[in-house]
Amino acid sequence: MTVEVAAAIAANRFGLGARPGDLATIGTDPRGWLRTQLTVQPLLAADGLQSTAQILSGAEPIVQARRQARRARADAAAADSPAAADLAKRLPQYLRPIYLSESRARLQAALRSDRPFAERLVYFWSNHFAVSVDKIAVLGIAGSFEREAIRPHVMGRFHDLLMAVETHPAMLLYLDNQQSIGADSMVARRAANRGRTVGLNENLAREILELHTLGVDGGYTQADVTSFAKVLTGWSIGGGEGRLAGGAVGTFLFRPEVHEPGAQTVVRRRYAEEDQAQGLATLADLAIAPATANHVATKLARHFISDDPPAAAIARIAQVFERTHGDLPAVYAAVIDSPEAWDGASPKFKSPQDYVLSLGRGLSLPPESEPRILSAFDLLGQRPFSPGSPAGWPDRSSDWDGASALMKRIELSDSVAQKLGDRRDAQQLAPEILGDSLTAATRQSVARAASPAQALALLLTSPEFLRR
Amino acid sequence: MSSNDSRRRFLQLGLAAGSSALCARFAFAAPAAGDARFVFIILRGALDGLAAVPPYADPDYPRLREQLAIGAPGTADGALALDGHFGLNPGLSFVHEAYESHEALVFHALATPYRERSHFDGQDVLESGLVLPHASQVGWLNRTAAALPPGAVHGAELGVALGQNVPLVLRGPAPIASWSPSKLPDIDDDTLQRIADRYASDPILSQRLGQALATDRMAAESSDMSSMQPSSAMPRPGAARYIETVQTAASFLKREDGPAVAVFDTTGWDTHFNEGGAQGQLTQRLAALDAALRALKDSLGATWQRTAVLIATEFGRTAAANGTRGTDHGTATAALLLGGAVRGGRVICDWPGLSARALYEGRDLKPTLDMRSVIKSVLRDHLNISPRKLDAEVFPDNAQPYLADLIRA
Repeated sequence: MTVEVAAAIAANRFGLGARPGDLATIGTDPRGWLRTQLTVQPLLAADGLQSTAQILSGAEPIVQARRQARRARADAAAADSPAAADLAKRLPQYLRPIYLSESRARLQAALRSDRPFAERLVYFWSNHFAVSVDKIAVLGIAGSFEREAIRPHVMGRFHDLLMAVETHPAMLLYLDNQQSIGADSMVARRAANRGRTVGLNENLAREILELHTLGVDGGYTQADVTSFAKVLTGWSIGGGEGRLAGGAVGTFLFRPEVHEPGAQTVVRRRYAEEDQAQGLATLADLAIAPATANHVATKLARHFISDDPPAAAIARIAQVFERTHGDLPAVYAAVIDSPEAWDGASPKFKSPQDYVLSLGRGLSLPPESEPRILSAFDLLGQRPFSPGSPAGWPDRSSDWDGASALMKRIELSDSVAQKLGDRRDAQQLAPEILGDSLTAATRQSVARAASPAQALALLLTSPEFLRR
Repeated sequence: MSSNDSRRRFLQLGLAAGSSALCARFAFAAPAAGDARFVFIILRGALDGLAAVPPYADPDYPRLREQLAIGAPGTADGALALDGHFGLNPGLSFVHEAYESHEALVFHALATPYRERSHFDGQDVLESGLVLPHASQVGWLNRTAAALPPGAVHGAELGVALGQNVPLVLRGPAPIASWSPSKLPDIDDDTLQRIADRYASDPILSQRLGQALATDRMAAESSDMSSMQPSSAMPRPGAARYIETVQTAASFLKREDGPAVAVFDTTGWDTHFNEGGAQGQLTQRLAALDAALRALKDSLGATWQRTAVLIATEFGRTAAANGTRGTDHGTATAALLLGGAVRGGRVICDWPGLSARALYEGRDLKPTLDMRSVIKSVLRDHLNISPRKLDAEVFPDNAQPYLADLIRA
């Protein structure tokens, strides 16, 4: 493999797509270029963006008003009144502009980043610990979740990343944990005296085991899910979104009154700690379990090597995870050092997100086109922060390369090319963004185009630009 | 689809000149007139079968479901009557009409062979048709394509996925189209031809492009023929996005040269919290699905008579309500089969009951019917696939019996 192909792989497979000049910057040491990105947390300048606590505090009066209206309705049966409908709209009206600002800030970071590998890892972890804005409780805070729980730990320890995620209001709300109540907790016993039953919701516990740590074949049972759900009772947030009053609005709050008392056994280990310490101890063990190492290694290998990565590569990455107890930069270094990632033999079909970001970077699209870029994610089927399930977006070529999906990329490319007209020279651009992965066939098709716009469309729809 | 559709022009030119390999290679097969049509609708997220098809007469049902329980027909917000033991969720009014006119079957206490509780593995098993998750990247409906009787389909698209991408159930070596509405402007013929030329050496891209062109051509021709009839379905929250999809599906399925099979998936069935009873969130979602089914029947016109629609989910939910007015992941659930080709008007199930002793692992409705029995019986009697092929190729791990009389003779 030539040095230039390696540079293109570093920029396009590990990064978010080459900008003009990037391949020259990467030069002859693509692995070194990637490693230098592992030393700084990929924080996002939060100019004008609010914290989760601020956003949820802003929502609090609306949440409380709705709650009061619901109580009043229970008496008056006025569910269809215009006032109720108006109230139902206020929450999305407040949250949607926040969602748009967060999506735009995240897009800007991706388009302008000089550390695109670190930025891709933000997307990777945000997807590993997926929350989805099709649940309205998450609409305003999916962006702040990424800024507060993911970004500060991408270059840290998996343990710290896991703790930050599982105590963040966005994850607790997304997977319903603030609703879950231990059957023998004080609150449940009080409710029972009044003839009401309240109890567990096992959603968060299951997805932590299945998706965040051990993986679905990681050796846990339904009994482990139930015990772990009991361990996590009381992990809640302050304010009206929590089921009980009290606490600082929009911040993590352990509520001892809903915690299931007593020791629990989770995956063959007994946890006798009291209150929140029980959950912290359980998560600490899960964070360094061999099954977790294997699960994370498999996902990284699928993302950076191939849809069905070789077992040997997964094993090498998992060993580093285990040996370092989840020191993430060391784990990423093992990915960079995997020869299979560099052979260029099985490029991955870009996800819509990959495709749009690489197009924006490759064409150096200006800030005023950002709203259109955001709508392009939507058109191609990957609206920001909306994977639709806690499993996140899928990560195989066959998940994205449908006939209709391809046609939409072709139409998008053509429409972008029409708008740019002759303001980009596709012939000059092609080697700058594709390096030596540019094929003679594409070079020729671009060179023979009937117009500058058509040349650009042919470059953006070329097989090598559709893949990474 | 815009009306001055240049892509269609490109195709027509190509066909006339006989020069475009794309068109010839990717035209849909033309099955004989009157051929069967099959629609598979996946409900992702684990549908609560006990809320969709409430067993209101089971003495344990109200105890387990508390305020989520749906009452007997005739009571306030009660179920729609089926057979005196089961009812339909009040949101499923069209399905109920179809049941009463003997065009809908209800299956209950059924499950795939999957016995864990991960959505993603459960969906994988539902779609691959195999016993273990992630055992194959080929779905049972794609294998069905390969098993179709000789003469029915000649290597062209058997099916279409209503979405940008193809779900696992349709993935595999048999070529499958996908279609979704586009808001982007069409591209001119010359640029498209150059892209096609560039893809000639790339098997996947050239196949996908050809499929997209063939499908778009069908969609464009259908809109020319003004075959999109207004639906009698009442607009409901969440239903609008399904309606365009099923109307387009209908326009494909109606064509004699159209695909025999269509698949589309829906999400939002994972009701851990605040699932609601007869007027709750889940009922609203079911009503949206019901409106889409009504629109499908309206749009299919006479083709409805040779259509069967199977609606299935990866697994069910806990028999009891959880502590947060919802239900957690369970095992057995319900499925629906409807269409003019269906010999309907029955609930098919061997009801295990909901007593503590009867529950699977003490928490879920126990499976007494294998999903694959239902699917392969429909494939045998509706699409005319031989049992030998079904058992050897489509569901190779399955020794479950066939069910008789699901499809009209």
